[in-house]
Amino acid sequence: MQFDVIFTPEALTLYWQGFIGTLEILVACLLIGGALSISLAVLRVSPRAWVRGPIWLFTYIVRGTPLLIQVYLIYYGIAQLDWIQARWDDAWPWTGFKDAFFCAVLAFSLNTCAYTVEMLAGAIRDTAPGEIEAAQAMGYSRLQTLRRIVLPSAMRRTLPAYSNEVIMMLHSTSLASTIPAIFDITGAARNIYSDFFLPFEAFITAGVIYLILTFALVGLFKLAEHHWLAYLRPQR
Amino acid sequence: MKLDGYITSILEGSLLSIQVALGALVVAVVLGLAGASAKLSQHKPLIWLGGIYSTIIRGIPDLVLMLLIFYGGQIGLNVVLEAFGYTDYVEINPFAAGLITIGFIYGAYMTETFRGAILAIPKGQAEAGLAYGMSHSRVFFTIVLPQMVRLALPGFTNNWLVLLKSTALVSILGLPDMTYLAKQAGAAARGEVPNAPLLFMAFAAVIYLVFTTVSLVALRQLEKRYTVGVKRLSA
Repeated sequence: MQFDVIFTPEALTLYWQGFIGTLEILVACLLIGGALSISLAVLRVSPRAWVRGPIWLFTYIVRGTPLLIQVYLIYYGIAQLDWIQARWDDAWPWTGFKDAFFCAVLAFSLNTCAYTVEMLAGAIRDTAPGEIEAAQAMGYSRLQTLRRIVLPSAMRRTLPAYSNEVIMMLHSTSLASTIPAIFDITGAARNIYSDFFLPFEAFITAGVIYLILTFALVGLFKLAEHHWLAYLRPQR
Repeated sequence: MKLDGYITSILEGSLLSIQVALGALVVAVVLGLAGASAKLSQHKPLIWLGGIYSTIIRGIPDLVLMLLIFYGGQIGLNVVLEAFGYTDYVEINPFAAGLITIGFIYGAYMTETFRGAILAIPKGQAEAGLAYGMSHSRVFFTIVLPQMVRLALPGFTNNWLVLLKSTALVSILGLPDMTYLAKQAGAAARGEVPNAPLLFMAFAAVIYLVFTTVSLVALRQLEKRYTVGVKRLSA
């Protein structure tokens, strides 16, 4: 093992840049996917079939196909369409398809959104009837009930499952390295591997960084659960 | 018609994807059973080994592990062979590397699924079996295993679906699977077939969707079969 190759300023800078790249993609797709999933989850539990049907179809397709294919579909498929390329100099959002980062974040956001919608929708369906009855007894409108009672409660109860999703997303961002113009931790490792032909050193270093990030996320979510799920713990 | 040729090649690639998935599933189930037994055993080193395996593997992205095992295994194997005096350069077959790597990764997820299922079986049942003079292996095969199948099925279904989708990653190792061929077809047919990259990748996506749908239906039937006689709360 020649780990001294890794501990040079050049290699460490490469990994640092990759680390930043991974975090950028992760934060962007979690923010976009998360924000989108809250409204879609409400539509997903709608009593009207024509409202909940399309959302179901969207989550079913996204959850039933590999993320790598979704990334390729957007980066090599949609971004290469004549129709898109004819207008990607004009206006947003078409200009975005010129940018590899935009394509990657779009693919990852849609993916995490689909999984989060199903989680949140499940939690909304499991809301205790008493909570809603209490809101109605207080004279809350349907929108108020949703905003003040149902969503905060469902989002809290989704927290443990959502922590798994965030970790899956962290791992999924490694697929961004399959897009040539994007640089993340895995991309840094692949660079070092091809420069020095040292697969063990290059990929083990990347693995350790991911492992540390995973543990950090697990710890953060433990804290979050401690704070927001305090009311579910046994009371003294 | 040129289109047919591309479609046939992608369909042939789908057979390879299925082969990788099924082969990896066998590896994963074997490793999962071994891992679960290790984590539930009385021996400290075995418990640690099982714990390290399931924690580390689940904490690192599949792609990084795959690149590590594929490129690293290549060098590692030759170093070991050289130490035994075998000097010819041996190349690992990417099919075997992909299959074993995916199996090795999902073995860690199966370990947790099987361990949870075994823990959910009341201990008294195994103890009753032992009290009747049944051997440990007989208790495992006639009492624990049939119930474990029922309890592990939901987790197993989940793991299988994720495993199936992760086979798309072998295309990055250069294995001519469905994703690889769809990408190639998209690049080759550009100009010949309008919007070829999107078309062929969407075709591959639809085939994956068919695979996952068939798996879901089949495993739901299996779950029905295994939960015959289980009382359910009427909702």
